[in-house]
Amino acid sequence: MRLAGFLVFAAVVLLLPVLFPNNYFVTVVGVAAGLHVILAVGLNLLMGYAGQISLGHAAFFGMGGYASAILTTHFDWPGWLALLAGLLVAGTIAWLLARPILRLRGHYLAMATLGFGIIIHVILVQATEWTGGPDGLGSIPPLNLLGWTIDNDAQWYWVIAAAMLLVIWLSLNIVDSRIGRALRAVRGSELAAQMMGIDTAHAKTQVFVVSALFAAFAGSLFAHQQAFVSPDSFSLMVSVELVTMVVLGGIASTFGAACGAIALTLLHEGLVVFEDYEMIIHGGLLMAVMIFLPQGLFVGLTQGIQRSWSWIVLGRGAKAQRNSAVS
Amino acid sequence: MLIQRLLRIFIAIMLLVGVNGVSAAEPIKVGTFLTVTGPASFLGDPELKTLQMVIEDLNAKGGLNGRKIELVHYDTGGNAREALNFVKRLIQKDQVDLIVGGTTSGDSLAVIPEVEKARIPLISLAGAVEIIEPVRKWVFKVAHTDRMAAAKIFEDLRKRGLNKVALITGDGGFDKSGRAQILKLAPEYGMTLVADESYGNKDTDMTTQLTKIRATDAQAIINFGFGQAPAIVTKNIKQLGIDLPVYQSHGVASKTFIDLAGEAAEGVRLPAAALVVAEQLPDTDPQKPVLLAYKKEYEAKHGPVSTFGGHAYDGIMIAAEAIKRAGGTDKAKMRDEIEKISGFIGTAGVFNMTPEDHMGLNLDAFKMVEIRDGAWKIVE
Amino acid sequence: MLEQIFQFLVTGITVGSIYALVGLGFALIYNASDVVNFAQGEFVMLGAMTAIALLGAGLPLALAAIAATLLTALTGLLLERCAIEPARGASVVTTIIITIGAAIFLRGAASLLWGKNSLPLPAFSGNEPINLGGATLLPQSLWVLGGTVLLVGLTRAFLNRTLLGKALLACSFNPAAAQLVGINVKVMLRLAYGLSAGLGAIAGILAAPITFSSYEAGIMLGLKGFSAAIVGGIGNPMGAVAGGLLLGVLEALGAGLISSGYKDAIAFVFVLMVLFFEPTGLFGHKIAERV
Repeated sequence: MRLAGFLVFAAVVLLLPVLFPNNYFVTVVGVAAGLHVILAVGLNLLMGYAGQISLGHAAFFGMGGYASAILTTHFDWPGWLALLAGLLVAGTIAWLLARPILRLRGHYLAMATLGFGIIIHVILVQATEWTGGPDGLGSIPPLNLLGWTIDNDAQWYWVIAAAMLLVIWLSLNIVDSRIGRALRAVRGSELAAQMMGIDTAHAKTQVFVVSALFAAFAGSLFAHQQAFVSPDSFSLMVSVELVTMVVLGGIASTFGAACGAIALTLLHEGLVVFEDYEMIIHGGLLMAVMIFLPQGLFVGLTQGIQRSWSWIVLGRGAKAQRNSAVS
Repeated sequence: MLIQRLLRIFIAIMLLVGVNGVSAAEPIKVGTFLTVTGPASFLGDPELKTLQMVIEDLNAKGGLNGRKIELVHYDTGGNAREALNFVKRLIQKDQVDLIVGGTTSGDSLAVIPEVEKARIPLISLAGAVEIIEPVRKWVFKVAHTDRMAAAKIFEDLRKRGLNKVALITGDGGFDKSGRAQILKLAPEYGMTLVADESYGNKDTDMTTQLTKIRATDAQAIINFGFGQAPAIVTKNIKQLGIDLPVYQSHGVASKTFIDLAGEAAEGVRLPAAALVVAEQLPDTDPQKPVLLAYKKEYEAKHGPVSTFGGHAYDGIMIAAEAIKRAGGTDKAKMRDEIEKISGFIGTAGVFNMTPEDHMGLNLDAFKMVEIRDGAWKIVE
Repeated sequence: MLEQIFQFLVTGITVGSIYALVGLGFALIYNASDVVNFAQGEFVMLGAMTAIALLGAGLPLALAAIAATLLTALTGLLLERCAIEPARGASVVTTIIITIGAAIFLRGAASLLWGKNSLPLPAFSGNEPINLGGATLLPQSLWVLGGTVLLVGLTRAFLNRTLLGKALLACSFNPAAAQLVGINVKVMLRLAYGLSAGLGAIAGILAAPITFSSYEAGIMLGLKGFSAAIVGGIGNPMGAVAGGLLLGVLEALGAGLISSGYKDAIAFVFVLMVLFFEPTGLFGHKIAERV
């Protein structure tokens, strides 16, 4: 079932630019959505499976972005090397932070990650000689992958699409692996998991590092795609938006996170036309979705599709559907 | 029943599409991306209103070269990433002919590579000197640079025989680039910086930083920022009883600052475009009629003018002039005409663009003004 | 130097008391429902903006302040009734997202009603700075401090001495048990939101002459109030107050003694230190988990 879903999704993603060539929505919005998916899927591993709320995820996104930016502009490093450096930095910091932070629970954990995010953001704004300050660093050279220089939006679509599919595939595999099962045990009840012999601190550290790596990866791609980075893209608001994407889509579901990321990216583009009314509609929609679809958009959508299928094809009314056992 | 309904909807859609297909001469599309919401909203809001007002006027007079002008605008919220996405949208989806915009330096700087790649003229309304230095083929700007503001302030300090200054700035792009210019220019004017304090633009109390400044031998305080923070800084200075000359930047050249800072604003000096003191200019000043006309029209509709609205006025008027002279919307021709603008009287000053100078203003375009009795007065 | 430090402390306590009031609002709603209400900062903003608007419409200051507080409290009640209650079965995280949506909604409404500019409220008793042993204080700061002490005292008395207050506390310990004892948990929740909104509104009105207000003012205040509540130990209203004061003082000392550019980072480093050594905040209850 999951594999089928993944293949369908991959097919849609790969066909879009073919069906709609030179379309701003596909290339520009699609790239933005793809990056959000990578971030959300990584965050979902942490939040959904390990049960840890992180309000500082944008900090790791920023580490990847700025590592690539600083190393390629100040030091002329090749893009792929800077990307690896970004992964190393983010992974190391995540690993060092994991033990003390993951001892905390619930809102205290949220506060600690929030604080961490703010500290990183302040550094990005204040360390002007390195980071360019509030206006950030521009003129980031295009990314060069094995001789292929990516320098226009259409090409970036393919790169980001590939990266996104890779990340989703990795996430699905992690969830189904031994580590994934250990994480789900931790989420159910950490004490019980410990009694079963699971090294919960180790499991939580691993997932924290993995989610940080995904975020840094997205950050490096982002830096080259935009050709500039600025602290605004890595602020608390962004972290909150990422959490919203994960919850909106449906926590503890890789496809849910992807769904939430795509939905919020599209919503943002769509709301632009409402100008002054954008905030009110945005807030109202968020509330409405969470009130009426508390399990998230993905579950809501799939249930909706199942019900429509039942109704259109099988001719079953609502009552009959409820009576027949639906998963 | 259902089929009838569907048919009706289908016909309606076809009609709409058809109606849109049949139109008069192609309108000239001017794109803009401004910070109408967010921390710089009090800059972007008057800019948008001005653009809409001027375009309405031009259209009422028949448009340009017989074509109406259409404004396509997006709100970046002060986020440079949004600015880039919206400029891509303006270029690829909306297919605009030229772009007047970028309220903030961050927004403007972010879109420069895209604009150069797409070969579309951009007239920025932002301050940072990096926007036009180094000169780029398609990028122009109509607002005074932060370097000019720093120079004007230092000039005034030198006239008063002061040379030890304390600097306090916020954490925004405007603040930090102003600070960079002040640090760079200080030695040239013989100024020494005895303090360099910083605050967050959303902070509500700067007495801590000012207490530190009070303990130095500063002879004047320079606060480079915009929004509500400089008003709080000014109030705090009075509260702590610091009796030094205070200089603000052109970021607060609007009535809002005087309203917020209240009595503490007395005696504060800053470099500003002549727009805020239009009535006090001698009648022989060529800028006066232009300023008064803009002021009158804007204030009738929207309330007190702002120099930022003035930049938008300059931007769209220069664009209109270039379009008229180019006889159409060929992007290369429009660009060439913008570069040839000479002796153009705008709200910020008199513009003289050249291939080496894509801004066209000199230091005289800034007036040093002082707040006295809650109003702006030119400093002689 | 000592004089300087004294000024830093005075500033820190003044700013900290605003954080304390906001944090108190967070703590109250958390107590009643385990939910962190991310719209709390917006209540503070609404109180100030409504008061400014009513003042501009001609009402005398005191009346404008009272009316603004009541209107904001009503908004809090409406929020609970229309957005939180319908989602009663949802998980804590989902409810938090609902409050985030509510915060964005309220911000948007404020920008439509009152525009995007910062607006001032006139000081209650003038602007002449008061000299306190070398440090200066605005008279309005005394209003803020006095108001905080009064409100905190009243809230404490309410929670510990009145039946209604104790019922509110009971809901947080064990909603099921509270219901069994006859407490209408739904009503308690509405009360908590209304009360928090009202408290937030008063904080906003007291502070607006010093800090101004704008449609966006709620974001920073919400953040600081949340931090205050956590540092103090969420669930302990008095802890939130202590947390707020501590945060304000840390910020001022950090800016004054170390670096004004990095002051927010310094404050949060301390917050992290506190959490690492006291995982449930300074005065929080130790969390007991059922296995």
